[in-house]
Amino acid sequence: MIGSLDQIFIRAKQLLLAPLGGAPDWVMQIASSLINIFALLGVFLTLFALISVLERKILGRMQNRYGPNRVGPFGLFQPVADGIKMLIKEDIVPTRADKIVHFLAPILIAATAVLALGVIPYGRNMTPFAIDSGILFFFAVGSTTELAVFMAGWGSNNKFSMLGAMRAIAQMISYELPLIITVLPVVMVVGALSPDRIVAAQGGYAFGFAPCWFVFTPWGAAAFILFFVSGLVESNRTPFDVPEGESEIVAGHMTEYSGFKYATFFMAEYIGMFAISGLGITLFLGGWHAPMRGLEFIPSYLWFFAKLSALLFVYIWLRGTLPRTRVDQIMNFAWKFMLPMAFTCVIAAAVWHYAGRGFAGWLWSLGVIAVVYFILSIFLETRKKFAPRTYRFAE
Amino acid sequence: MSSAAFVVIAILTLAAALAAATLQKLMHAALSFALAFVGIAAFFFLLGAEFVGLVQVFVYIGAVAVLIVFTILLTRRDVEKDRGFNWSGVVVAIAVFGGLIWAILKTRSVSIAAPEIPALTVERIGQVLMTGYIWPLLCVGLLLTAALIGALILVMEEKR
Repeated sequence: MIGSLDQIFIRAKQLLLAPLGGAPDWVMQIASSLINIFALLGVFLTLFALISVLERKILGRMQNRYGPNRVGPFGLFQPVADGIKMLIKEDIVPTRADKIVHFLAPILIAATAVLALGVIPYGRNMTPFAIDSGILFFFAVGSTTELAVFMAGWGSNNKFSMLGAMRAIAQMISYELPLIITVLPVVMVVGALSPDRIVAAQGGYAFGFAPCWFVFTPWGAAAFILFFVSGLVESNRTPFDVPEGESEIVAGHMTEYSGFKYATFFMAEYIGMFAISGLGITLFLGGWHAPMRGLEFIPSYLWFFAKLSALLFVYIWLRGTLPRTRVDQIMNFAWKFMLPMAFTCVIAAAVWHYAGRGFAGWLWSLGVIAVVYFILSIFLETRKKFAPRTYRFAE
Repeated sequence: MSSAAFVVIAILTLAAALAAATLQKLMHAALSFALAFVGIAAFFFLLGAEFVGLVQVFVYIGAVAVLIVFTILLTRRDVEKDRGFNWSGVVVAIAVFGGLIWAILKTRSVSIAAPEIPALTVERIGQVLMTGYIWPLLCVGLLLTAALIGALILVMEEKR
């Protein structure tokens, strides 16, 4: 009973594929992939619609107002209204814009965002495309986003767009390094680039009750925090949303987009957020594993989506709490703090491994991280930075 | 199945490469060049070299294409005028083409029976890199570190 509820979607897929019983292999492959793709799109576009209204509700609550509450019960049909509005809006393309590049940029950015979702294990046996080097695939696809953002900024032929694209690419490239390096310790410890094997390595319980998730080791906790911050930057969320800082450069690379193309950018941003949270869950939070042995009767995909919702809530919470950081602060933070700490996580994971992966290793790796952290905090002189800002070229 | 895929990918890659060579606007040419890189990555996938294909996308789209695009953006204004036909380029192209044709015709037989190779997994690549090819790997690492330090020194603020 428990197992059948857990595998209900696998069964459904097998039922759908059953009529194709005698077909050649490649027909089966294509049909199976198509089912996966439609399931992914269905689930995540619904989640996008839900999150867009929930975000406004939660932000409203945090700012002591109601948020959307007119369309449907509790304003739940707001995304439908928004979608219709976006669809029937006029699509304006600037005369001086590069028509082809301007048109292709939103398509490319949405396509890469959706592709990245394909390698994440959503439940037991529920990885849409289980490829051997899935983690690498995720980052390879993600690195294409930079080109898409550039296309949007350059194709619009607008100063604000170009400036926004430059900011976006600068911070994306800077934070891609800590993002990838914080993944390295997990890959090292598991010895595989496949998300399924990483999740499998986090199964089981230490001392009979504590789940073996990597976030409960010192290097895992540090790497997860660094990963989460880098993920915030990669998905251009507050407090790192300078690329579209509306009080400075209108909407960054999306300035010249209207109607459905703007909605596509918006969607790509949210889907990128889902993807990076999903990867964080896979790498550090135990994927679809339950946190306690007694709770394993709840289907694995529900655990995944519970963890995803928790992470998304933190994203929204941060947006409601923190002000926007300055561009130079973001860059300094990336190169002077995030990168050394990310390398420290790699070393701490190695120490943990060679000290026997037990309690001694736990303490040793905590020691390594603490020492580097304090040395960094002394060298970076965080306390006396409240001087008037000096400008080098704009005097 | 795979031969049909080969034909489709080959046509797309060649079309992208041709566009990169002939398009008037430099930025369009650079973007088609990026598309050609994707086509080459698709070939690697078709050959079962998943890791190489992904690294191809990662390095060439994520880094090289962005670098090219920025170089174009930062170095020149839109040069729209036709700068005439470049005959020296044609000579070089014909020379390279002739050399390749000569080499291909001189090879007695290209239909060598492929040896059975086990599936190329990331684990095997990692093991080989860390054992047999450790010195080349270290040299590459050293070279990249030197390049990184050089870049830092270039952009460092001068002490006044």
